Amino acid sequence: MDLYEYQAKELFAKHGVNTQAGIVVTDSAAAGKAAAELNATVVVKAQVKTGGRGKAGGVKLATSAAEAQEKAEAILGLDIKGHIVHKVLVTPAADIESEYYVSFLLDRSNRTFLAMASVEGGMEIEEVAVTKPEALAKVHIDPLIGVTAEVAATIVDAAKFPADVRDGIIEMLQKLWDVFVKEDATLVEVNPLVKTPAGDVMALDGKVTLDDNADFRHPDHAALVDLAAENGLELRAKEKGLNYVKLDGSVGIIGNGAGLVMSTLDVVAYAGENFGGVRPANFLDIGGGASAQVMADGLEIVLGDPDVKSVFVNVFGGITACDAVANGIVQAIAMLTQRGEQVSKPIVCRLDGNNAAAGRAILAEANLAVIRVAETMDDAAAAVAELASK
Amino acid sequence: MSIFLTKASKVLVQGITGSEGSKHAARMIAAGTTIVAGVTPGKGGQSIELSGVSIPVYNSVTEAVAATGADVSVVFVPPKFAKDAVISTIEAEVPLCVVITEGIPVHDTAEFFALAQSSGKTRLIGPNCPGLITPGESNVGIIPADISGPGRIGLVSKSGTLTYQMMFELRDIGFSTAVGIGGDPIIGTTHIDCLKAFQEDPDTDVIVMIGEIGGDAEERAAAYIAEHVTKPVVGYVAGFTAPEGKTMGHAGAIVSGSSGTAEGKQEALEAAGVKVGRTPSATARLAREAYENLSK
Repeated sequence: MDLYEYQAKELFAKHGVNTQAGIVVTDSAAAGKAAAELNATVVVKAQVKTGGRGKAGGVKLATSAAEAQEKAEAILGLDIKGHIVHKVLVTPAADIESEYYVSFLLDRSNRTFLAMASVEGGMEIEEVAVTKPEALAKVHIDPLIGVTAEVAATIVDAAKFPADVRDGIIEMLQKLWDVFVKEDATLVEVNPLVKTPAGDVMALDGKVTLDDNADFRHPDHAALVDLAAENGLELRAKEKGLNYVKLDGSVGIIGNGAGLVMSTLDVVAYAGENFGGVRPANFLDIGGGASAQVMADGLEIVLGDPDVKSVFVNVFGGITACDAVANGIVQAIAMLTQRGEQVSKPIVCRLDGNNAAAGRAILAEANLAVIRVAETMDDAAAAVAELASK
Repeated sequence: MSIFLTKASKVLVQGITGSEGSKHAARMIAAGTTIVAGVTPGKGGQSIELSGVSIPVYNSVTEAVAATGADVSVVFVPPKFAKDAVISTIEAEVPLCVVITEGIPVHDTAEFFALAQSSGKTRLIGPNCPGLITPGESNVGIIPADISGPGRIGLVSKSGTLTYQMMFELRDIGFSTAVGIGGDPIIGTTHIDCLKAFQEDPDTDVIVMIGEIGGDAEERAAAYIAEHVTKPVVGYVAGFTAPEGKTMGHAGAIVSGSSGTAEGKQEALEAAGVKVGRTPSATARLAREAYENLSK
C-alpha cells in the first residue's frame, strides 16, 4: 500500500525523523482556517499517490489565509496523472538553503535492500538517474546488519553531502531506516530532504510504501487505508477475501492461480482483437480450492460490474478436481438466483486437468442457459470475446 | 537424473501437524517421496500416520536432521512463523529448503535469503511457490503428481497453475524436473539457477521457462541464455494486459513505471534466441516442435 505524504510524515514523526507537521483538509474553507491557525506563510500540497505534483500545479505557496483558501480551491479536484485530488496538506513554508534526496527501497534484482542518496534533491529522481547518474549514490544494505552509524556514513560519503550536514543526515538515515524496518516498508523516500538556514536537516516530503504481507504485525496500518479512494468493486472483493483488480474492458475473468489469471487476461485481449478490441474487465484469482461459496462470491462481484458483458471462468484442476469446481459453479448460480440476483450474462467455462471430463459433464447436465463449455483456453477466449462484442 | 531433487532425497516437512502440511505430506508420500521426519516445535516425540507411513515428529530441524539425515526441508508453516522455520533450516545446514508459504513479509524473506547466502550451505526455493517435482522419483510441495510422468523437458516457472497447465499440455513428452520458483519480489532460486542446472542435466533436452510481469528476472535470464545455454529454450510471459502500479495476485507481479513489463521481457528473451509463445498452448506447441526437431 502506498501512503499519502501526510501519512508518511506521521510515520516519520513516530520514529523521530525531523519533519514538518501540517493540517490535512478536504475543502478550501478548512484550508484557509488551517493557514490562519498556522499563522505563517504556508504551502498547500495536493495529497495524491503519484509523483510530479509540483509540475501539475498541485503545490502552491500562500501568504495569507484567504490566499490559502484560494489555492486549495484550485488544487482540490485536480486530476494529476489520473489521480483526483480529494485532500490537501497545509504546512508552514520552510526556509530552504539546499535540497537533497535520500531513499531506502527493495532492490529486487539483487534480492536485498538499497539506499539511494543525492545532493540533487527536489527534482524527480528518475530524471537525476538519467541526466546525472554520477550524482546518484547507490549503496546496498545488508538486511542482517541494517543501517548503523557506520553504514549511514558510507551512504553520506558516497553521495558527497557537504560536511555541515553530514552528522545530521547520518542521524536522519538511521531514523528513516527505523521507519523502513519497523513499519515493514518497501520504500521510504524523502525528496526533498532540506537544509535550513539554521543548519537543521528536515524531511520536507515523504513517500512510503508498506508491505501488505506484513499487516499481521501492524494492526495500526489498517487505519491508513483510504476506503473512499478505492474502487467500489475492489473494496467489496477485498471484504470477501478475493484477489480482485478492476480493469477497463468488458469480459469478466475468474480463474485459479495468479499466473493463470494473468495469462487469461492476455489470451482474452488477443482474442478480442478480432472483435473490435474487446478487453478483460477484471483480474480475479479465486485460488486453490474454489468452493461453491468462493465461486459464488467471485461470480457475484464480476456479474455485479456493469461493464461486464460476458464472463470467462478458467480453471485448471490441480489438486482440486474439476467435478468439484463444476459443482461449485452450478451451486453458485443457484445461490445467486436464490438471492434474487438475475444471472443473465453468458458464462464460458473452461475446465482442464484433474477430472475435467466429469466436470464438463456436470455442467452439461445442469443445462443452464447462461453456461457454455469450451474445450481449450484459446477456444474459450474466442467465444467469450465474441459474446462481449454483441 | 534431474535437478535439485531425486529418488534419494530425504524430506522433512515443517508444519506436518497442520492441516496443509499433513494433507500435502500424504500426497507427497503417495507420489513416491521419501518423507523421513516432520518438525513442529512443541510436538516432538509424537508420530503421525500418513498414507500408511509412520512419520516421527521432532521439535527442531537440527534434531530431525541428526536423527534421520534429512537433506530437504519443505516449509508449510503460516507466514508469521515462516522466518524462524527457514532460519532453523539454514542453521541446520539442510542443502535444500522449499518454502511453500504465501504471504511472508519481504523483510523476513530478505533476512533469511541473506542468511542463506552467507552460510552458503542451503539452496532456498520460493517462498510463495508450489515446490518442485521430479516425476516418478520425488515430489516436494503441492504440484499434483499425476499431471505428467517423467520425460526430457525441464520446466521453470514463477506461477503454480501455469506450471500445471504446461505440464498438462506436454504430458505425453514428460518432464525431467519442474520447478515452481514463486511469485514473490525476493525468491531464493531464480530462472537463471534453474537454467544453469537444466543446461548441465544430461536428462534434460528442452527447457521451458515461464515468467510474468515485475522485476527483471526474465531479462537477466535472457542475458544468461545468450551467454551460457545451448539447449533449446522456449518461453512464456504472463501479464501483457496488467495495468501499471497494480499488484496482480502475486506480491511480485507489478509493473512499476516502465520497468517489469511483459513486452520488455518478451523482447529480451527473443533477442536471446528464445522462442516466446503468445499463449500457454502456443508455448507448448513451440516446446513440442523444439523437442521433435532434436530427434530428427
